[in-house]
Amino acid sequence: MPATEPKNKTLDWLDERTGWRMLRDLADHKVVPIHAGTAWYYFGGITLFLLGIQVITGVLLLLYYRPTVAEAFDSVRFIMTRVEFGWLIRSIHSWSANLLILAAFVHMFSVVFTHAYQRPRELTWLSGIALLGLMLGFGFSGYLLPWNQISYFATKVGTDMASSVPIAGPPIARFLRGGDDVGAATLTRFFAFHVMILPLITFGLVGLHLLLVQFHGMSTPSGVSASRLAHMKFFPNFFLRELVIWYGVLAVLGTLAAIFPWELGQKADPFASAPAGIRPEWYFLAEFYTLKLIPSHVWFFEGELLGLLGFGLLAAGWVALPFWATGRNGEQRARLVTGAGVFLICYLATFTILGYVK
Amino acid sequence: MRAPAIILFLYWSPIIGAPPAFAADSCMTCHSAMEEGTHGPSTLIKNDVHIAHGLSCADCHGGDRSSDDPGVAMSKAKGFKGKPARTAIPKFCASCHANPDIMRKFAPSERVDQYELYQTSVHGKRLAAGDTNVATCIDCHSVHDIRAVKDSMSPVYPLHVAETCSRCHSDQVKMAPYKIPTNQFEEYRSSVHWEAMTKRGDLSAPSCASCHGNHGAKPPDVESVAAVCGTCHVLFAQLYEKSVHQPIFSGGVPSGPGGGGCIVCHSNHGIHQPSTAMLVGPHAVCSECHDAGTAPAQTAAQMAAWLDGLDRALKQSETVLARAEESGMEVSEAQMGLTGGRENLVKARLALHAMDPGEMRKPIDAGMAIAKETLDAGQAALREKNFRRWGLAVSVLLIGIAILAIRFLIRRIESNENREVRGPQQGPL
Repeated sequence: MPATEPKNKTLDWLDERTGWRMLRDLADHKVVPIHAGTAWYYFGGITLFLLGIQVITGVLLLLYYRPTVAEAFDSVRFIMTRVEFGWLIRSIHSWSANLLILAAFVHMFSVVFTHAYQRPRELTWLSGIALLGLMLGFGFSGYLLPWNQISYFATKVGTDMASSVPIAGPPIARFLRGGDDVGAATLTRFFAFHVMILPLITFGLVGLHLLLVQFHGMSTPSGVSASRLAHMKFFPNFFLRELVIWYGVLAVLGTLAAIFPWELGQKADPFASAPAGIRPEWYFLAEFYTLKLIPSHVWFFEGELLGLLGFGLLAAGWVALPFWATGRNGEQRARLVTGAGVFLICYLATFTILGYVK
Repeated sequence: MRAPAIILFLYWSPIIGAPPAFAADSCMTCHSAMEEGTHGPSTLIKNDVHIAHGLSCADCHGGDRSSDDPGVAMSKAKGFKGKPARTAIPKFCASCHANPDIMRKFAPSERVDQYELYQTSVHGKRLAAGDTNVATCIDCHSVHDIRAVKDSMSPVYPLHVAETCSRCHSDQVKMAPYKIPTNQFEEYRSSVHWEAMTKRGDLSAPSCASCHGNHGAKPPDVESVAAVCGTCHVLFAQLYEKSVHQPIFSGGVPSGPGGGGCIVCHSNHGIHQPSTAMLVGPHAVCSECHDAGTAPAQTAAQMAAWLDGLDRALKQSETVLARAEESGMEVSEAQMGLTGGRENLVKARLALHAMDPGEMRKPIDAGMAIAKETLDAGQAALREKNFRRWGLAVSVLLIGIAILAIRFLIRRIESNENREVRGPQQGPL
């Protein structure tokens, strides 16, 4: 306890029972290095802020949403038209989901280009990548919940892709759908994934990720000694700056929700033909477009299977980045990692744009 | 013995190919040689539905197709009938088409009463009286290249029926002896029925045969016109039956138009899209019988005003809802409600045929209520849109103030720190 702090019986009583001053001491001692890349540190906070927005708006939506085929669409329409500020909550939830995934991608690439994944932060990287996968899982499961025409057929296409993987594919697709086709069981399952299973895993992983960041401290650019850099206190200096950015993100979210409220579309009709030009959300578009480009058969293999195999290998290589980025003698393959990062960004950006245009 | 068996096997095997369609048909062999480069029967018959069912020339014309000797093949002893006389054609075709036992082998669901019907038709009666200019089977169905009715290239395929009839009925020279008009096809092509058939592709839309009959073709009697139209327009016919016009338009009132039913107002072949201009205005059909200012003319004007009023109200709601939707507002419920409004407009147009303003007022009132409700919903959505924009402006302003306040706080904190510790510490913001 700092000597200058005035005595407060209530706070002392609380500290004796919870030890809360320990957390405050941690915040007092946490510092953030100041260098050319300091701005990238904010993206972790932005991602966390948007996750918080998702939790709050998601809980509010739960008050009215009904996860059955007969009622899902009507309950979302009820939220959009009858519930006070329901349109705002739903639009913010949808826009925030997209910004969250964008922020998570930016955060991941900032880690790659500043080489913050290096020893001893391999577990921080792995937990972060797992969180990105969970965010994509949230996006995929949440997309079906309004039970509209687009979401129904997008889920059908997505789960069909899973079933094309040999051996494990069909049981996985069946597990996701709760049957042979997208239907009432799929909606119930996706709802359970979206509001219970994925959040439980996410909260655990976010806790681990933050604990590891706290444990290792903020990383500094490779080749620069932390002791030679100037620092600012995390609290209040860095936190207040982060707060400014959160406010800015909130303004962007509000603007998007008010000017471009998230569409409701038409109620899903399993007997109708798929809407023309159906495609997944932007964060799956690059993969979707790549699969479209691959011929139906390449040599002895099915084209789609080959594409999924390629994505699987790419993802595995990306997850294992901290391990192959360090040579046997401990030397860093920074150029190789930077090149891989640039290549991945170029690929994702180009194929996402092509997926929209074509 | 073995050699002929091998030859027979090879002849029938798929390697050599199936036997030609008319392998043992001397009619085809000779006529093909005679008609090369012309459109004679042997060329035309390749597309004929009878050939597709395995029949041949001799099945209609008689004779012995297995004989290469023309004298034998076309001998009366072998049942050769040759080309039938024009007056004999219907009976010639009916020898199979009126025989259920034969027809059941080829087309079990096909009717066998065409000949019977033909005999009751104007064409059939005139032919029986010796007029060979009237239509027989082959004038509509063609000869030798007869196609099934469902074949889109058949002259009696629904899309081609009117044109087939017009080949004779639009010919002024042919029709002159009968003193009947020749403008029916031209009028029909300006009608809603033609539009439904050709532009919307609705093959069930009426053409000549739908109202006049096909094999039993004759003009409907004046008193039966409403029944003809009522075959499709069932509800209209029911209401018309109750209306004050029914006895007058059926020729039951000496001072009336002398009959005509539906066509008194809607015309016959050139039926156009009905509108309230038929009720009121310079081209009103009502004014042909009712002078302006009379009670019936005023009732017609009143009914036109109701219909136009409901149509305008629904269009206004539609426009407002479309504007709200373009602004991103969720108005699908109100848009669905508008469908109900349009249904009431249709019901009101239907009720008009009973000529009872009280009956018509019910759907008009129901439609107007929906129009108001949906208009209110659209206007509320537009007000909500403005409220959101203002709300956004205020929120962004408050966020801006909060950001400035935090920046001020950061500066104050850091200037205090700088005073305590040597060396400025500037963050990236």
